[in-house]
Amino acid sequence: MTNKLTIFDVAGRSMAAQQVRLNTVASNLANAASVSGSPDTVYRPIKPVFETQYHDVMEKTGIATVDVADIYQSDATPEKRYQPNHPLADKDGYIYAPPIDQNAEMVDMLETSRQYQNNIEVLSTAKTLLIKTLNVGK
Amino acid sequence: MKALDALFKADSTALSLRQKRMEILGSNIANAATPHFKARDIDFEAAYKSAMNTGEITKTSSAHIDVGGTADTADVRYRVPLSPSLDGNTVELHVEQVQFAENATHYEATLNFLNGRISTMRKALRGE
Repeated sequence: MTNKLTIFDVAGRSMAAQQVRLNTVASNLANAASVSGSPDTVYRPIKPVFETQYHDVMEKTGIATVDVADIYQSDATPEKRYQPNHPLADKDGYIYAPPIDQNAEMVDMLETSRQYQNNIEVLSTAKTLLIKTLNVGK
Repeated sequence: MKALDALFKADSTALSLRQKRMEILGSNIANAATPHFKARDIDFEAAYKSAMNTGEITKTSSAHIDVGGTADTADVRYRVPLSPSLDGNTVELHVEQVQFAENATHYEATLNFLNGRISTMRKALRGE
């Protein structure tokens, strides 16, 4: 039994991938202010890696959905701040903040939400047409 | 049965092509954020013509060249993007959304034609 990709799988799996992306954005934004006393323990921003999943090996049908292949942890250098009075400061008086670009995360969030909505639109259109097709001749 | 087949062939071919195109456009929209994804589409008019052109010719050997085609053999081509993006993705959401809406409307129109044909046939059978 081959598992044929229907339009419902295509949109559903894409929505799942966008959901993962939204989760990573939320996680990054939530931790934007989580400072640490060492550059090794500070929070590292995460990003999903999207990968196309084709319906057939030869990519002949043009039907394809998307899966999250990996979640990549950024290796950008944490921001070093001199705050000797901070309770987490190391012996030289530095604390480390995660390298998160909050504006870029917000843009990502908006794009994710827009694409999630697009997939819902595809899903509901396909559903309506399918129901109408079932009622042909009535 | 042949008469009924002829009556419904145009609509059923159009519907299955529209369905196929909806799946392809849905795939494009699903992959709007996937790097290196290339948007696909079918040329509905050409695919429809080739699917309707099978005529009365029958193949007597598997080696014969196909006459016309069906909805399943329609050519899936790559879309040429208006402005290519840096990540190699050729999906342009506005284009895909317009095509998807157009396709859905045509699907519904075909359904209406089909319903019309069925009710005409019914009226003829009942002698109304």
